[in-house]
Amino acid sequence: MIKFDQVSKTYPGGQLALSKVSFHIEPGEMAFLTGHSGAGKSTLLKLISIMERPSVGKVLINGHDLNQIKRRQIAFIRRDIGMIFQSPHLLDSKTVFDNVALPLIIEGYTRKETSKRVAAALEMVGLRDKARSLPMMLSGGEAQRVGIARAVVNKPPLLLADEPTGNLDPKLSMEIIRLFEDFNQAGVSVFVATHDLGLIARMKYRTLTLRNGQMITDGLNDAAGEGW
Amino acid sequence: MSILFKGRTQGASDTRIGIVQMITAFYISHARQALGSLGELWRQPAASIMTVAVLGLSITLPSTLYILVKNTEKISAGWDQASEISLFLKEDTPPASAQQLVARLNTWPEIDSVTFIPADDALKEFQHLSGLGDAIAYLESNPLPDVVLISPNEKHASPTAARMLLEKLKSQREVDIGKLDIEWLERLYALLDIARELVSLIGILLFVSVVLIIGNTIRLNILSKREEILVMKLVGATDAFIHRPFLYTGFWYGLLGGLIAWLAVIIILWWMDSSIQAFASMYQKEFNITGLSGTALLTMLGLSILLGLLGSLMSVQRHVRGIEPQ
Repeated sequence: MIKFDQVSKTYPGGQLALSKVSFHIEPGEMAFLTGHSGAGKSTLLKLISIMERPSVGKVLINGHDLNQIKRRQIAFIRRDIGMIFQSPHLLDSKTVFDNVALPLIIEGYTRKETSKRVAAALEMVGLRDKARSLPMMLSGGEAQRVGIARAVVNKPPLLLADEPTGNLDPKLSMEIIRLFEDFNQAGVSVFVATHDLGLIARMKYRTLTLRNGQMITDGLNDAAGEGW
Repeated sequence: MSILFKGRTQGASDTRIGIVQMITAFYISHARQALGSLGELWRQPAASIMTVAVLGLSITLPSTLYILVKNTEKISAGWDQASEISLFLKEDTPPASAQQLVARLNTWPEIDSVTFIPADDALKEFQHLSGLGDAIAYLESNPLPDVVLISPNEKHASPTAARMLLEKLKSQREVDIGKLDIEWLERLYALLDIARELVSLIGILLFVSVVLIIGNTIRLNILSKREEILVMKLVGATDAFIHRPFLYTGFWYGLLGGLIAWLAVIIILWWMDSSIQAFASMYQKEFNITGLSGTALLTMLGLSILLGLLGSLMSVQRHVRGIEPQ
């Protein structure tokens, strides 16, 4: 599903963020990416969503080389990738329903289809009764779940999450991870970047560890952590 | 269709609807964005009114001038045909040969009518009109020549044909000087040319400034929606989709500005009407100003909308591109 082939990324100014990173995540797999702050986790995710381009090497999604994707095609690539961030980036002036509906409106779904899918997505994250609320009225955990509903509302085959539990307490964090597991069960590939090792330790998932831009471990999480 | 995943459909094509419904959905989405932009303007009335007023008044000035110039051209076009040729005969021409000349000219096919004004009559008329009165009586001899006034027929009344006729008349041996009295008309035309160029110049300057003003207003709009644009880009909005509401804002600015300009032109022409009537009556002309026809209105609205769109297009091209998720 996601394949990195000897990828390096140097930012303008000479800072080396990633160095010769290679890995492959299979379709339908759920994997974690960990490492200290500044180890290159965010950069790695940005290369997948084409917010950044690699300096050297190739990033492939489903066999397609992202270096071949032109600027005007990026919007269409992002429709295949659900993205979740540490803060949910909700639009404060719009209701929860409208926030979640945004990707569908952009893709030109009919009103009827949009209502149906938004309702289903909100149901999945357990916020069906909050559809008419404004983001200001939500708690941190609820806002994050609205962000997740928005990321999955158009049923993307790939879900990326960058520190999705960064602002949440352990119990809420676990709920979010359980949500990801549900999506993974439904066949979605899930790739989560987090520095919350305690969270990963409770589960048996493949974990990739970055240190100073280099991939130091790649395997089940009981092997991870020793590297640091 | 998805680029990365063969067989995965994106957007409206996923919902198994017909092409007609897809096209309808496209227009509905446009209408929604257009109304959304209008709603945005409505929610910030003070700022919107100012922008629209700048646009409207900037179009008013060139439009009013243009209508005035156009109308002046229209009246003077009516005078073009009335050119008259004055022939001043040589001083020593005896009355008999003058009469012969008149008789001869009467047979020319180019000429509609010939009027002979003997020097004595001319002097009397001058005495009467100039107000010099008795002072003229002290003149030893009549300094004025005999004059023959000639009206060319319609075919030869245009400036070039009349000028050719003048040359032919000048070659008659009794004639001293020939004068075509369309020179003042030519001067008027030259003045109108300058006026027309001034109108274009003022128009271009104001239009450019309007485009810049709209561009800047839209730029501020874009910057205030930075967060929204970022989120839209993250969930896969194309540039065109993000541009559209701003282009519609430009469109509404243009439309409303055009309506203001139209109203302003009506008021200005109504205001000026009495002085125009007074001016026209000096030329014994019945004159009604025109230019507020349907086409003029449409042209003004079209121009205004075009300027609004141009300003917003300039702005979205430059500034939406710069907002990228980091």
